[in-house]
Amino acid sequence: MNRFSLFLVSMLTLTAGQRAAGDDAPGAAYFSWQVKNFAIEQPLGGLKGVAKRGMAVASDGHLGNCLACHQLPLSRDEVFGDLGPPLTGIASRQSVGAIRLHVVDQSYFNPETVMPGFHRRPEKLHRVAKAYRGRPFLSAQQIEDVVAWLATLK
Amino acid sequence: MNRYLALAFFILMSLTASAMAGQARSGYAYLTPEARELQDDDFGNPGLASVDEGRELFHRPGANGKACAACHGDQGEKLDSERIARYPVYSERLHKPITLREKIRQCRGDKQDGPALDYASQDAVALESFVRRLALGAPVAVDVSGPMAAHYEAGKKLFHTRWGQVDIACHQCHDYHAGKHFRGQILTQGQSNGMPVYRLATGEITGTHERISQCLMSLRAEPFAIGSPEYIDFEVYMNARGNGLKIETPAIRY
Ligand code: HEC
Ligand code: HEC
Repeated sequence: MNRFSLFLVSMLTLTAGQRAAGDDAPGAAYFSWQVKNFAIEQPLGGLKGVAKRGMAVASDGHLGNCLACHQLPLSRDEVFGDLGPPLTGIASRQSVGAIRLHVVDQSYFNPETVMPGFHRRPEKLHRVAKAYRGRPFLSAQQIEDVVAWLATLK
Repeated sequence: MNRYLALAFFILMSLTASAMAGQARSGYAYLTPEARELQDDDFGNPGLASVDEGRELFHRPGANGKACAACHGDQGEKLDSERIARYPVYSERLHKPITLREKIRQCRGDKQDGPALDYASQDAVALESFVRRLALGAPVAVDVSGPMAAHYEAGKKLFHTRWGQVDIACHQCHDYHAGKHFRGQILTQGQSNGMPVYRLATGEITGTHERISQCLMSLRAEPFAIGSPEYIDFEVYMNARGNGLKIETPAIRY
């Protein structure tokens, strides 16, 4: 079985009872955000990210699954996709605010992007499966964790 | 600067999309040599189990004692491969497009007096596999003129709708990124010329509607019902999008 099918199968077996980790933690709800000059300067919900947790979110197939599309500086024996550009060194190319907007809603940069909107307003999403309804893909805390980790990739 | 970057991406994407528009490629083009060999093996292709199952059902009498083979020939030789390649076709009587699987269901109902064949059943998939296999190599040729145009447009709209919590549309993966890797997985154009396909990932024979459901679920979206008007419109668009591609049933896919 290859990795995509593992990803698919694991998604198929997710039930309403088994929600993603951190669901009841503060920050699971949608937090609105504001864009200025293609950046979100304020951390979502004023939360503080933890880089180590962000690395886990980025590599977890049920969470960010960023490695499905981006090459990342992870030490493990991972298979990376190439739908998006490598994120190694991203913090030396982009400000933290810009990185936050990329993760929250890449369609700001490219309306036709294939990158999931990780923190879009849930009411704007279309035909979401019951188990995932009413909340964004990643919680505000998970977004801040991922941003904190990406900010270390200089 | 970022504004220009965004614009540049957008233009690039639109260019890729228009370059793609006239150029349908079968999922076969993205297979490994081993997987191709498996597909081309008239004995080893594991999808042929479903074709065999379909052949058996083709000979099983319906409620009125008649089997499909009674009208269509022992090996289905009286069925026309060019006609098979034209599905979905429009029914003037029912005012809707009829998929190949639906046509088989109608035959079972109208010409054999039942028992009714559930659209989502394994029997229906097997019969579809058997019948479509008869048209192996025939180029897909869906006619989307006249009353079909509205269904083609509806299907195109569905293919371009963002779905689920992941909030991306089918065409964003399958029009722009075919040939790229999603993890270890090579993306294809998501064509339907191999349907029903044998999926290496699940070991199951999978029809077009079932495959759409699987992609919708991976987007964390609520799938539609197998055989629903939405999936029929999807199928009209997707088959027509692959017009000219050769039927490969049962194709090997991931
Ligand atoms: C399904 C594919 C996909 C997934 C999953 C994905 N991305 Fe992306 N990402 C892209 C693509 C494609 C781009 C390039 C621009 C575009 O087309 O939108 C991109 C661009 C980016 C950029 C901007 C890079 C630059 O150099 O400007 C960042 C930062 C980013 N992604 C971070 C992430 C993070 C973090 C995750 C996981 C939480 C993630 N991505 C998951 C496809 C994806
Ligand atoms: C995040 C990316 C992504 C999105 C969005 C997506 N798919 Fe797919 N799809 C895949 C992958 C990966 C595969 C397996 C490899 C392949 O055949 O392309 C696949 C396979 C398919 C296939 C099988 C192709 C064949 O030759 O058998 C079809 C049909 C398909 N998708 C249709 C759809 C439809 C319809 C939608 C929207 C409801 C959709 N896909 C959305 C990633 C995606």
